[in-house]
Amino acid sequence: MAQIIDQVRHVCTLGGLQSVLAIDRSIPILHAGPGCGQKLWGAIGIQNGGQGSGYAGGHTVPCTNATERDVVFGATDKLHETIENTFKVIDADFFAVLTGCTSDIVGDDVGDVVRNFQAEGKPIVWAETGGFKGSNFLGHEMVLDAIIDQYLKPADETIPGLVNVWAVVPYQDPFWTGVYEELGQLLRTIGLTPNIIFGSGGGVAALNRITSAQFNLLVSPWVGLRAVKRLEEKFGTPFLHYPVLPIGPTETGKFLRTVANFAGIAPQKVEGFIKEREDYYYHYIERAAEVLLETRFLPRHFTTIADSTYALALSKFLVSDLGLIPDRQYVVDGIAEHQQPDVLSFFQDLGEGLGADVLFTSDGGLVQEEIRASKFRSKPLILGSSWDRVLAREINGVCLSVSMPVSDRLVFDRSYVGYTGGLRLVEDIYSAIMADFQ
Amino acid sequence: MGSINITRNEVPVRESRLGALTGYVGTVGDLHGRSTGCGVQNRERCFSQASACSSGCCQGQLASILDALVINHAPVGCAADSVAGNVNFKAGARLRGLDYTNVRIISTNLEDSDTVFGAADKLRDTILQAYARYKPNAIFVTASCVFGIIGEDLQSVLNDLKPELDIPLVPAFCEGFKSKVWASGFDAAFHAVLHGIVEPARQKTDKINFVNFRGSARKEIAATFAKLGVEPVFLLQYSTVEELKRLSEARATVSICGTLGSYIGNGLEQHFGVPYVKTEQPHGITGYKNWLRSLGTLLGREAEVEQHIIEEEARIAPELAEIRAKLKGKTAVVGMGPSFGHNFTRVLRELGVDVLWAATWHFDQNYDHGEVPESTKRLAEVDETLQVSVGDQQNYEIVNLLNRLKPDLYVTRHGGSSVWATKMGIASNMLTDEYAAFGFNGIINFGNVLIDKLTNRSLAKKLASRIKLPYSDWWLEQDSFSLLEGTN
Repeated sequence: MAQIIDQVRHVCTLGGLQSVLAIDRSIPILHAGPGCGQKLWGAIGIQNGGQGSGYAGGHTVPCTNATERDVVFGATDKLHETIENTFKVIDADFFAVLTGCTSDIVGDDVGDVVRNFQAEGKPIVWAETGGFKGSNFLGHEMVLDAIIDQYLKPADETIPGLVNVWAVVPYQDPFWTGVYEELGQLLRTIGLTPNIIFGSGGGVAALNRITSAQFNLLVSPWVGLRAVKRLEEKFGTPFLHYPVLPIGPTETGKFLRTVANFAGIAPQKVEGFIKEREDYYYHYIERAAEVLLETRFLPRHFTTIADSTYALALSKFLVSDLGLIPDRQYVVDGIAEHQQPDVLSFFQDLGEGLGADVLFTSDGGLVQEEIRASKFRSKPLILGSSWDRVLAREINGVCLSVSMPVSDRLVFDRSYVGYTGGLRLVEDIYSAIMADFQ
Repeated sequence: MGSINITRNEVPVRESRLGALTGYVGTVGDLHGRSTGCGVQNRERCFSQASACSSGCCQGQLASILDALVINHAPVGCAADSVAGNVNFKAGARLRGLDYTNVRIISTNLEDSDTVFGAADKLRDTILQAYARYKPNAIFVTASCVFGIIGEDLQSVLNDLKPELDIPLVPAFCEGFKSKVWASGFDAAFHAVLHGIVEPARQKTDKINFVNFRGSARKEIAATFAKLGVEPVFLLQYSTVEELKRLSEARATVSICGTLGSYIGNGLEQHFGVPYVKTEQPHGITGYKNWLRSLGTLLGREAEVEQHIIEEEARIAPELAEIRAKLKGKTAVVGMGPSFGHNFTRVLRELGVDVLWAATWHFDQNYDHGEVPESTKRLAEVDETLQVSVGDQQNYEIVNLLNRLKPDLYVTRHGGSSVWATKMGIASNMLTDEYAAFGFNGIINFGNVLIDKLTNRSLAKKLASRIKLPYSDWWLEQDSFSLLEGTN
């Protein structure tokens, strides 16, 4: 049976345009149909935590707006003209030409057009991101490839302690700004200097620092692995792959110890911090114990319908730190089959000797059908998307939107990472439970 | 028989059918005069920003038919608009007290290999899976750029499945690259309904087809229509397949938006004899009066209409005078689709606001009944010197224009435009509700909205003082339309 997609929970490769926008003062130039941009930023931007156009996103994004004539005769001249005028009209520091389906099928030689501008010294790269090539997770990787292969230069020296932080896909994860900020904070507390590429304050300066780093840190089950491997091949920078986004005390402690060990930092430096933050965390958990144990209609099990990063991170936290039991977890980021076994293995040990059954699918409708047919012996708890609110109401469950699309929440710098992040998540889940019947 | 052909499965796009423009700058007198005469030549741009495509408008309309579903024959990204579509769908369902459900747009998920080997089997399989999952009363298949380029025979897939499923299986051709006018997607959706759903009348009823979006004013409309002895049926959103089958039985069709209603209204008139009310739209006072009078004449209810108008005008007169006093001397720029844009320019003038410029996202030189939009004609009659422009929501032109004109207000429709005025310290209002200035109640509400927007501009002022616009100083010093090529 064909893999149909009912209720989209990711978009197509061209969605990588938002990864360009996530780099300060960078702008994508689309060589695509007129509606691609709007559909994509609508889904993973505006309707996903209320992430609007910001400095130069949304309808500011230059686009050749492909016409029938372009599809028949090709449109490299039009692209050339659009890029040339983008430099005149738009005030930005870095540009990335991304193609849509029309250009990729017709076979416009976009590289040829962009190389002319690169030869003039313009900060511009290109990637062929026609939507039929896959998900925006892949699109994000294609943008990173383009930056690594076409823009980065070897550094004169390595700066000890400087760490490039690669984690969630910007915009697809509505909490991404908070995630990168908190990961940066955690690294700072153990004496490292994070180089945060995505988010406010990074920009071209952060891009230019990438090859000076002591190592690349990848916090993600699979996305970004291609990039850190490439950076190692091309620039000799080693990488640490930590597959779990750390939420709450158990995983955050593990994360800090692993990073410190990899970076050659003395354990004492880490243990003091962990102790202090765990005390902080448990001060609040102790105080909330009545709510966690004595509220009416408490869930005992949970289900995630999320991309692999969140399905895994939430499951680890809820099992290791909150005493909940995992039902089947639904991983919806369209992971290629050959990458599924590795991701699956991360779900085998969620803590306390518990693992979870996992279904990989991009078909949200199928997931809902399956959940609707299953038996619940306690209040169902669904950590999913705004699509799942209808399902939760049908099965008399509680839901919290954490994975795209999160159209029912406004998100600024909130994230679930680390110690305070764990507290935020407990707040959000139990607030949903308490508000549900009141 | 008119210009609309509902036996073919595809409708031509607005550029070829209605002489639609996306590049023009001039006066409303010139635009109107030349549209009625030998026509206006469209101008292209040498720089453009991402706009929107017809597939969004098309599947947004079709997917909100309650018991139908949409299969989007495309890569997954083309169904990304189902997310915003779902938010809009739920908002309207809440307004109308309907069940809490999700919108149903299912992607065939076209991939690399499909562009080489074809995807007819995938489409067939998706339709069968979707049918098994939801048991809809109709399935619409929306096309995409990839589909359009690989050129498959969609119709034969649907024909093959027909005996098996026994529900209408209807294609809707809305490939993004085929039109710069996203409203072509409305036509694709309405064409699918006319071509594949509407049946010849079994009887005539006292229904009025009301073409609109989410129908927030439906109670007021039902009450007014009751005075005329008729009942509204709102479409396409939140209608049922059965209701749509019987559109041919209505006494007349009216529309809240000339852009939205032209094709279905004229199609029903030309093929099923249901008259379409072709006046300005019922926004503000004169628009509402002309519209209601036209409907009253069709129904032979002139006396009731005049009575209603006299009572309502008297009722709102004191409040309207107060609003006009408060808005006197205020200036505005309008940026909307052409029907709303030209109608709301008139509405703002009715409120005493001085409209400096009316930008519309496209312009139809004629509607499907062969005439220039009535709203444009009326504007030209009142003030032929009014400055107008046409662009497919090109923000760089709008930002440049606002920077030059510095109006008190920017009144807009469509997401992603109002924010730029706000970032420039200009009070802005985005119309999210198509009934924002509907009739006598609407104009009072709308006037109050504008007064509120002007009363406290703290967000706009403070945001403007903190942000940098994404445009070069060079661009902000150019003429707003200097990157339009050629002449009209």
